[in-house]
Amino acid sequence: MHKIPASEITPEQLYLSRRAFLGAAGALSAAALLAACGGGTAAPAATPLPTDGRTDELGAPLSSFEQITTYNNYYEFTTDKAGVARLAQQFQTSPWAVQVGGLVGKPRTFSLEELLALGQEERIYRLRCVEGWSMVIPWRGFPLHKLLAAVEPQAGAKYVRFETLFRPEAMPGQHDQLYPWPYVEGLRLDEAMHDLTLLATGLYGRDLTPQNGGPVRLVVPWKYGFKSIKAVVKIDLVAEAPTSLWMALAPGEYGFYANVNPEVAHPRWSQASERRIGELPRRPTLRFNGYADQVAALYAGMDLRANY
Amino acid sequence: MPAERRPAPTIRRLVALAVHLGSLLPLALLLFAGATGQLSVNPIQDLTLRTGKTALVLLLLSLACTPLNLLLGWKWALGLRKPLGLYSFLYICLHLLIFAGVDYGLDFGQIGQAITEKRYVLAGLASFLLLLPLALTSTKGAMRRLGRWWRRLHWLVYPAALLAVLHFLWLAKTAREPLIFGAVLLAVLAVRALRSLGAPARIANRSAQPPAQGSEKRHG
Repeated sequence: MHKIPASEITPEQLYLSRRAFLGAAGALSAAALLAACGGGTAAPAATPLPTDGRTDELGAPLSSFEQITTYNNYYEFTTDKAGVARLAQQFQTSPWAVQVGGLVGKPRTFSLEELLALGQEERIYRLRCVEGWSMVIPWRGFPLHKLLAAVEPQAGAKYVRFETLFRPEAMPGQHDQLYPWPYVEGLRLDEAMHDLTLLATGLYGRDLTPQNGGPVRLVVPWKYGFKSIKAVVKIDLVAEAPTSLWMALAPGEYGFYANVNPEVAHPRWSQASERRIGELPRRPTLRFNGYADQVAALYAGMDLRANY
Repeated sequence: MPAERRPAPTIRRLVALAVHLGSLLPLALLLFAGATGQLSVNPIQDLTLRTGKTALVLLLLSLACTPLNLLLGWKWALGLRKPLGLYSFLYICLHLLIFAGVDYGLDFGQIGQAITEKRYVLAGLASFLLLLPLALTSTKGAMRRLGRWWRRLHWLVYPAALLAVLHFLWLAKTAREPLIFGAVLLAVLAVRALRSLGAPARIANRSAQPPAQGSEKRHG
């Protein structure tokens, strides 16, 4: 039986306005309730979820759901890492569609339901931020190569370009003219096809929270976190290396590759060590974030200092 | 240093009290946030950033006192330079202690590496080393003993402040906020530079209050 996803039935604008109406009604009744109780503002609920003692393959314990969902960079909302969760609470992750095109044989638009149908396996990955902190995160998703195979890349396709939703009324940080929105990231095709490269739709066995890039984001665990673009709406296969938002903003500091590498310092920061969130002593940063065995071959013969 | 006309002693005392309370407030808020679990899941970074930013604000406020006197005749502001500067130094010490003692766990190998590989750490450390002798010679006794050398020594606050702004600029991902601090510092330096260029008349006139400006305030 073919299930028809809701997003194909209701036009998006109508859907959104209906949600806005419900949201406003909800906010009004919540405000009335709060006024009646004389209460303050409600903080975003961070439900503790059990880690069941799980670890990454190196034996490091999972970061908690609370740590993962209350602290991250997401400049589309705010530059304050602890402020993203609150601002993203009302962000509508449904309906959602990802348009896949460019140099492909079968361009098409995937609804979230169709993406979920591509697989929902759990992958425990380390995430290393270029700022020098890290977490261990149980994502749920599917390898990107499954999606790419479905659209049949043409011979001329050498790179993959990803784009985040641009909707300033829902993402207040996008009003800031300092940044060349929308957020863009890119991978070489062989990086994109690598089995570690994930399109994540979930976290801790749940749907991906909006503050973490829900409903669908990229996760490239051997690169600095900013490469793992959030709230993806567009994926294009292209012939030339795309210019990411950070490359456009500070070309001397952010290269195309951005592989985690303790031997190549950011022009202004050492990348030799990192703080695992929740731990006191710093950890030495690992080459390719600990995934060198799987991915170092992708860069054989390349000067990683020049290709930072 | 007696001045001809000052605001009423009660107002001076209230301003001084406000400076003490205002300078300690960020520390109180930080301790409160820490005690009630309102810091982020990366509290060490919160502590580092908040003590650093407070130190920079207080340092710039301390430096703004002299221009305020020159431009607006707020002589009473001159007495605030020292407490503001010392409070700034208190936050700098906390900042440094958190960086070296908590963040890097007094691992001097890693700290040495951070100093050589992160230019913002080097700039911050240089700023601290310039400010250290100023804090140590902030007593009346030191002022007396050093005589005219005291003024020359304390001129180091300007390169120290420049290094502190550079420290912030070099660690920030975008330059906007550090540049605001930089603009304030440049404004302060500009007033000082203009004063030393067109100084003689101004200095000769120093004891005379500028006419009209704020005269009602002095009576209030």
